[in-house]
Amino acid sequence: MSNVTDILRIDGLKTRFFTDNGQVNAVEDLDVRIEDGEVFGIVGESGSGKSVMALSIIDLIERPGRITDGEIWFRAPDIADELVETDAVDGDYVDLRAMSPEQRGLLRGSRFSMIFQDPMSSFNPSITVGEQIAEAVEAQRRARSNPRSLDAKSQHYGLTDYLLGGVLSSKRYVSEPSLDRAIELLELVGIPDPAERAEEYPHEYSGGMLQRAMIAQALAGEPDVLIADEPTTALDVTIQAQVLDLLAELQTETGMTILLITHNLGVVARMCDRVGVMYAGEIVERGTLGDVFDNPVHPYTQGLLGSIPDLQGVAERLQPIEGNVPSLLDHEMPDRCYFADRCPKAMEECLEHPPELAVNDRGQHATRCYLAETEYTAAKALPTDYFGATEAPAEADTAPEEPTATDGGDHQ
Amino acid sequence: MSDVHQPLVKVDGLEKYFWENDSLLDRLLGEDPIAVRAVDGVSFDIREGETLGLVGESGCGKSTTGETLLRLQEPTGGAVEFEGNNVYDLEGKDLTAFRREAQVVFQDPFSSLDPRMTIGRIVQQPLDVHEVGSKAERRERVRDLLERVGLAAEHADRYPHEFSGGQRQRIGIARALALEPEFIVLDEPTSALDVSVQAQVLNLLDDLQADFGLTYLLISHDLSVIRHVCDRVAVMYLGEIVEIGPSEEIFGEPKHPYTKALLESVPRASTDERDRERETISGDVPSPRDPPSGCRFRTRCPEVIPPDDLEIDQSEYRAIMTLRQRVEQRAISLETVGDEDRRVDDDGEFVVENVDAFVADVKAQILETTLPPREDEAVTEALAPLAEENWDTAAERLEERYGSVCERANPDLGGGTHPAACHLVSAPGDSRSDG
Ligand SMILES: Nc1ncnc2c1ncn2[C@@H]1O[C@H](COP(=O)(O)OP(=O)(O)O)[C@@H](O)[C@H]1O
Ligand code: SF4
Ligand code: SF4
Ligand SMILES: [Mg+2]
Repeated sequence: MSNVTDILRIDGLKTRFFTDNGQVNAVEDLDVRIEDGEVFGIVGESGSGKSVMALSIIDLIERPGRITDGEIWFRAPDIADELVETDAVDGDYVDLRAMSPEQRGLLRGSRFSMIFQDPMSSFNPSITVGEQIAEAVEAQRRARSNPRSLDAKSQHYGLTDYLLGGVLSSKRYVSEPSLDRAIELLELVGIPDPAERAEEYPHEYSGGMLQRAMIAQALAGEPDVLIADEPTTALDVTIQAQVLDLLAELQTETGMTILLITHNLGVVARMCDRVGVMYAGEIVERGTLGDVFDNPVHPYTQGLLGSIPDLQGVAERLQPIEGNVPSLLDHEMPDRCYFADRCPKAMEECLEHPPELAVNDRGQHATRCYLAETEYTAAKALPTDYFGATEAPAEADTAPEEPTATDGGDHQ
Repeated sequence: MSDVHQPLVKVDGLEKYFWENDSLLDRLLGEDPIAVRAVDGVSFDIREGETLGLVGESGCGKSTTGETLLRLQEPTGGAVEFEGNNVYDLEGKDLTAFRREAQVVFQDPFSSLDPRMTIGRIVQQPLDVHEVGSKAERRERVRDLLERVGLAAEHADRYPHEFSGGQRQRIGIARALALEPEFIVLDEPTSALDVSVQAQVLNLLDDLQADFGLTYLLISHDLSVIRHVCDRVAVMYLGEIVEIGPSEEIFGEPKHPYTKALLESVPRASTDERDRERETISGDVPSPRDPPSGCRFRTRCPEVIPPDDLEIDQSEYRAIMTLRQRVEQRAISLETVGDEDRRVDDDGEFVVENVDAFVADVKAQILETTLPPREDEAVTEALAPLAEENWDTAAERLEERYGSVCERANPDLGGGTHPAACHLVSAPGDSRSDG
């Protein structure tokens, strides 16, 4: 085993949505380890389960969704000490799923923070940006000043805070020091004239500035892990470059771990140490950036890389992946490789769902594809029309149109 | 060469302004309408059979240009010639003919198709409107079109919601093709699609162009798509075209500092991306309600031109120009600068006790770099009036020493095969003065 420390270990995570159309397997048996202080990229097309995975980690899955299985081990020796002798503890790690919702709620902001694609929707339009960030500062201060942060009293605080947050948020009192700290945070994320801007409302900010403000808010509790879900997708390229530089700088300064979710392979290449490729709720290939970009094994990864037009490139014909994104409805997910119906190398063995297989013995590069171990030969190939015509109306659309908790593939 | 590629579309000084504060109530209240200069005098040709790309960041006027040149919106000024006729003068039969020849495909395959119509009817609609052929012929044509764009003829009876994003975009393309147009404006046709599906649609558009000899105007914010598809590219910034030329030149030897910045900003999907040194440009795109004087890119331009007699590093000059903007916009919170050097007196007035320390604090807060002694002295002197909240004097002093040609004159695009609207590129004297 390597001597780097994992900050997060996810084992067999399953998150499902129980909709009128049936059960949606948004995250399916997902295993992943995130190292302390790295930038880990999750890449995949819309609907592949990236956002649901992120929301599962910070316990923000809402009905009709539910985590139905799996463990999320988070490295937190101090909490482990407090919870010792329970099932929720393994050495320095605690299983977030075995903790009470109140206990988990307290980790939000102080240990985990999340930023989203659309900052407008995560700010309250009728409160100044400064006050909202100050509120986050205050919440963290109170949580931290309570030495026994996991006892019943603080759970009570958590609940009241939640209730007040919903009902009375515009009336909340924020103290002078919290406001000062908010201004400092705005300055830290590169907002010019932060004292003035703190008094403005979200709609007075440009998209890029509001994205910075959301980052400031996420940093209020000095989190160990920042989950960034498509943080630059709504931004223009010159602003995207600024925000990526900011995230990289903050990461270097604070040493926090970043889980960066994006559909943009260029963003992954710029930012990430390691990367996982998601397809149909699974990580189908993972490894270092070099493993995945230079030696991809899974035909889906290869297809993804082959379909982006090259900025430098000569006008060769693009190599699209044929067919459509798959349905995640349980009754439409056959027990085979979920990519088989689009895979140019589908073989007989692919009709059995592949486990994750190591690509080499260095331990980083793995894929859910038999090609990690077998050579493809035409002799084993499935007949081309095995799965029927590819251009049938998309089954993908049986999934709900606009899932509230996610971007639903609506990136630009 | 140039004979073969006669311009099919000639855009000349096209302007489209939108007006804010222009309601009856505003006029009764005596509010002045504010012009939003979405498209502010653009000129370019689109040659027969080519794909011209129009690229730029959101809000720079790409879509408005596309819609106005199709006369889906009336222009504020300028002219567009299609096959030699001014589009805005067309009436009756000629206008109908133009509407057949020039089509559009929109970005959003989810909202641009009527959910209550079968896709057969959607594709057939233009044929019905223009009364092309008999009923049976129209139906036959719809089946052909669906197959041509990679769908099945049997799909004609289904509804849009039964199709994925990529398939809906194919339906939109089939509809645009129905009347056998010469010219199609493709407005972000793949921006809502995932990359793998985007590749399918781009390949399809490529095949259709070859088969039917189509001319495209491709509007996109995605430089990789533009690079892949276009013969020539026009780069827009704040309602103007800042550079236009053959694709290989725009991407290989960009001339305009904005084009360079755009290209630099795109993260490449390769493992050496992490080590690629790139300069990002700071700041946001200014509002088209009140665009900067002179060159519109000057508020962010890393190459903004210093006065001849000033000896200064480019990055230092850029930092001073950014400081000037902050002073001109009064965007420095003086009350929060420093701590010890100012206080609020009994009347609540803000008083600076130690001007030198105060100015030093302003500089520390705003200037991104340390200046050479001579410039530091000049800037310090210029900023001193801020201690009395005298913004105008500070701004004037700074302008006097640091004013740039880039803020006084808007560079012309000029002619030739690859012009760029920048004082560094065009010969001196090529500029239009500001109105
Ligand atoms: N609130 C919800 N209700 C029902 N289904 C949902 C909800 N949120 C997400 N899903 C489904 O989960 C799947 C994965 O979605 P998501 O994680 O948003 O993918 P990504 O972030 O990769 O685009 C999709 O099929 C989506 O429709
Ligand atoms: S397991 Fe088989 S079908 Fe699936 S990606 Fe690998 S080769 Fe293709
Ligand atoms: S004219 Fe001046 S400000 Fe504009 S792009 Fe050229 S150098 Fe930059
Ligand atoms: Mg998402």
